[in-house]
Amino acid sequence: MTQSPASPPPLYAPREPIFPRRVKGTYRTLKWWIMGVTLAIYYLTPWIRWDRGPNLPDQAVLVDLAGRRFYFFWIEIWPHEFYFVAGLLIMAGLGLFLFTSALGRVWCGYTCPQTVWTDLFILVERWIEGDRNARVRLWNADWSFHKVRLRMTKFIVWFFIALATGGAWVFYFADAPTLARDLVTFDAPLVAYSTMLILTATTFVFGGFMREQVCNYMCPWPRIQAAMMDESTLTVAYRHWRGEPRGKHMKAEDADQRGDCIDCMACVNVCPAGIDIRDGQQMECITCALCIDACDEVMERIGKPRGLIDYLALSDEEAETKGAPPRPILEHVLRPRTILYTAMWSLIGVALVYALFIRSDIDLTVEPVRNPQFVTLSDGAVRNAYTLRIRNLTAEPREFRVMLTSDDILRIDVESDGAVANHVTVPANETMQARVYVTARPQDPAADAETTDLRLWVEDVETDDRAGVATIFNGKG
Amino acid sequence: MADKKDIDEVTGTDTTGHEWDGIKELNNPLPRWWLWTFYGTVVWGLAYTIAYPAWPLINSATQGVLGYSTRAEVAERIAEVDARNAEVSERLAAADLSTLAPDDPAHRFGVAGGASVFLANCSQCHGQGAAGVQAAGYPNLLDDAWLWGGTLEDIEYTVRHGIRNDTDPDARWSEMPVFGDILSDEEIAQTVEYVLAMSGQEHDAAMAEQGMVWFEEQCTACHGENGEGIRELGAPTLNDAIWLYGGDRETLTETITYSRFGVMPAWGPRLDEHEIKAVTLYLHQLGGGE
Repeated sequence: MTQSPASPPPLYAPREPIFPRRVKGTYRTLKWWIMGVTLAIYYLTPWIRWDRGPNLPDQAVLVDLAGRRFYFFWIEIWPHEFYFVAGLLIMAGLGLFLFTSALGRVWCGYTCPQTVWTDLFILVERWIEGDRNARVRLWNADWSFHKVRLRMTKFIVWFFIALATGGAWVFYFADAPTLARDLVTFDAPLVAYSTMLILTATTFVFGGFMREQVCNYMCPWPRIQAAMMDESTLTVAYRHWRGEPRGKHMKAEDADQRGDCIDCMACVNVCPAGIDIRDGQQMECITCALCIDACDEVMERIGKPRGLIDYLALSDEEAETKGAPPRPILEHVLRPRTILYTAMWSLIGVALVYALFIRSDIDLTVEPVRNPQFVTLSDGAVRNAYTLRIRNLTAEPREFRVMLTSDDILRIDVESDGAVANHVTVPANETMQARVYVTARPQDPAADAETTDLRLWVEDVETDDRAGVATIFNGKG
Repeated sequence: MADKKDIDEVTGTDTTGHEWDGIKELNNPLPRWWLWTFYGTVVWGLAYTIAYPAWPLINSATQGVLGYSTRAEVAERIAEVDARNAEVSERLAAADLSTLAPDDPAHRFGVAGGASVFLANCSQCHGQGAAGVQAAGYPNLLDDAWLWGGTLEDIEYTVRHGIRNDTDPDARWSEMPVFGDILSDEEIAQTVEYVLAMSGQEHDAAMAEQGMVWFEEQCTACHGENGEGIRELGAPTLNDAIWLYGGDRETLTETITYSRFGVMPAWGPRLDEHEIKAVTLYLHQLGGGE
């Protein structure tokens, strides 16, 4: 591979290692709590038990791919009810719109798995290798037994976190205690191991090594989120008018002409994205607010008011520069745009809950047999066949009566195949197929008409619960 | 363009000489990872064509050193499935169909398997939905009219031995005379009117009355006195609404003048015992079984 004498700039810049310093404060505490809660939800949910009766899984949250069911506490979703999942995805999308338009990249800063696990990995790193200065020193140090020991310890702890992460995922798809035992005895299905392998590897690499690079180069969200923000959206920003001109310390005689920023670099040192927020808004900023905590700590120490770095909107910056007082948070959050998002979000939520309550525990689909469309019988009668799929969504076997209504109700007879005429027994939690014949006698109008509307019903023999589907009858016409 | 060396000012790299709307293409080396991936695919491609059947020759193709064959693989898979079903297949093959309970696994296996036997072997004539083809005289298997009987036993016999074929001495057999040689055109026309009358269709009453004479003389031996048909002879019922070749004046005239000779192959030698039983069960439950 020959290169021209004036070697062109490399295509990829090498990663600048980032060593975020430890920080204490409101937002850091909030982040610890969110990390704890989200990780606990993720790791522990599969282990919650839920008694659904015999022959049904007693796992509270279970995606049963083989049985084509999704169990979520008392809710059981069948494949034909997948619109619930679609609805939840739309709600998640609208929720992201809502939070982003009000609070900017809060999802990125606080709850995104990449952020949460990176935070956890940095926490481990800090425990083992020390805080920022020690880590920088170790990074620059020559390889020694000490360095190898610390690195290996860190990698091992990371590996176990990564393994637990990949491990927790597979428990959502099978009975957790059984799978845990099978995993240990090497009896678990290959797909469980391969899923764990992939998730362990990605967690290890993304959380341990790639960190902010995932956000900067791989993740599509930041690019989409930018489109949902406007000048009223809260983002983390530096109060330029207050901080500048910055200066090293206030002992100097011209202290009065100086801004509040003492250029201590605390905000830069704590940033997991490695940026300087004082340079203004940047793509890399995930608004995790650790710089706010760091700066507030410093401001308090030097006896200045907090909030040199703060949650601000672009419009605030302009107003405050002109001397306006800071606006209360509520004014940022309650805007027509966010109210509209909330309304849409709630609307879908209410619709889903409504759908959940009105859904029938019988489900019927009717498929007219189209090959052939009708059959002529020897007495000149015309017969149509239909395939009925009856789903019994209860835990008890049920017997259904098959009926039909039509404008020509008296002139059409139902025959169902098998010995038990017009009755179908569907086992608990199963789908049953039945073939049903509808016959029009030769003198009936339906026999000679092209099509006749009719509705097929199944009715629970005991409870009279019923489900009906409209379909058509094909005649000779 | 290409012979002139054009150095880009900003990067100091020479360009390829390609330019689109003022945008020039820099002559940067290919990324190393990309290049190695490319070499990798070349090596992979070569190895693949050596290992597996690949290059087409005039009458065949290179076979590959691994001896891979899709046909062999399919045969293997079929054998696998057959082995898995061996037990239920044997039970079905040995079963007495008329006493096999509908909820017996062998029954369910038969109906399901019979559907695919039907699609593979029978649908060519009888149609995928088993509705037959009237213009060609392939019977509809869904209705309640059976030429040779619609019980499980009858269907099984018909499938096994076929109809009017030369290959199976036990094939169901009958032959309708060519009445064009026996009756005059007018007599045939009169007979047609009588058949139309007995099946409740529009007809010329005067001609039908005359036709009745010819019918009683020539046709009742097979089709019965009232056209009710005789199953032992496979003679169709003529006084109902179902017609194998068609019940209109023209088709009936053709049928009587030249006669019909529907043939069905004997499937006994071609299908396994359990396949014959399976397709019988399948046909019987299509809606017309007796």
